Amino acid sequence: MSAYRDKDPRIHGIQSKIRVVPDFPKPGIMFQDITTLLLDPKAFKDTVDLFVERYKGKNISVVAGIEARGFIFGPPIALEIGAKFVPLRKPKKLPGKVISEEYVLEYGRDCLQMHVGAVEPGERALVVDDLIATGGTLCAAMNLLERVGAEVVECACVIELPDLKGRERLNGKPLYVLVESH
Amino acid sequence: MMQRAFVFSSSNSISLQLSTPITPPVNAVFPERNRGWIAPYSPLQPPELRLRNYQRALPPLLCSGSDSVTNQQQMASQDERDPRISKISSVIRVIPDFPKPGILFQDITTLLLDIKAFRDTIDLFVERYRGKDISVVAGIEARGFIFGPPIALAIGAKFVPMRKPNKLPGEVISEEYSLEYGTDKMEMHVGAVQAGDRALIIDDLVATGGTLSAAIRLLERVGVHVVECACVIELPELKGRERLGDTPLFVLVSSA
Repeated sequence: MSAYRDKDPRIHGIQSKIRVVPDFPKPGIMFQDITTLLLDPKAFKDTVDLFVERYKGKNISVVAGIEARGFIFGPPIALEIGAKFVPLRKPKKLPGKVISEEYVLEYGRDCLQMHVGAVEPGERALVVDDLIATGGTLCAAMNLLERVGAEVVECACVIELPDLKGRERLNGKPLYVLVESH
Repeated sequence: MMQRAFVFSSSNSISLQLSTPITPPVNAVFPERNRGWIAPYSPLQPPELRLRNYQRALPPLLCSGSDSVTNQQQMASQDERDPRISKISSVIRVIPDFPKPGILFQDITTLLLDIKAFRDTIDLFVERYRGKDISVVAGIEARGFIFGPPIALAIGAKFVPMRKPNKLPGEVISEEYSLEYGTDKMEMHVGAVQAGDRALIIDDLVATGGTLSAAIRLLERVGVHVVECACVIELPELKGRERLGDTPLFVLVSSA
């Protein structure tokens, strides 16, 4: 599901503020840069509002944000809907006891971690990141939450790259995005 | 009789601040000899103390090290910290020997699990900076990304991420800074800020002040005026405040 398809009038403004940077981090990749969106207070606020409108009053108790750009969008949403914010981080950043989930990259593997005790069984959670590409990172995030007994209600991203079919990788979990980039 | 200083707390929660444009309540901050408090921008205030001299207009919530007479009077007459502070302080978790033996790590992730305390943290910064013509909130990767954006959204400022090398995709400017062993680099996108912008720099914690002072230099190099650095926690024994030179530092919690 996407706000893009629903044609909310705020979407056009949001999409127009995202900068595409070619050949980053390597040749052939068109990088979707959200930092330019953050420079427009109205567009940034609209972005947060679109998620808040969707999730407020839905008994979501946890917003999990994926390091680092998920840290930008997750907390304003969490504050507004009255949920905890839980950072999901690369290895060795979180100081306390953690659980880890490994995932596969194009070349090699990476790992996402969450503090033990941050989330309790039965909690209803959102996972937030700026963008979904192949879905590998989001999938690892969902696994972390489900392993501690939370229910992942939905994954929410500003941008989707539909050609990379990340949506299919989410094991049937719903995905909500504001903008699609082909 | 000098009346007590107080910080006028907004009765509007973050939700209203984010979704409804409202006129912020006037912060009554200046003592007037006979009548109590007057508004910072009122004609009753001497002209040189109006407008952008808000640093003296705002009573520090903690001892900020500023030695103007006005602030000393306000600190002397302020008998208690804001009641939200002790709760915020109590939900920060201290983890010994991280990242290495001997270090007591101040973990703010537990603060983020306490909805009211997290909201109060943001409110305390927003109350201080709203209506002060701040056009930029710069947040230092990665924990500055958690506190900076909600503040930026509430005060109507741009949010600018200050990042480790090779993370920002566009053209950047870099500033090197010293670590205990070796150096690191901080980067900002070219064009994110303009000369004349008034900026806050946000991070979760100030220790030696190395990272914050690199951020200050980066912004000042492009003509930005850094109004203040704001952190949740200060480790005063590491004297970070002194390393920031003329730039004031505002913190909620001091951990000696």
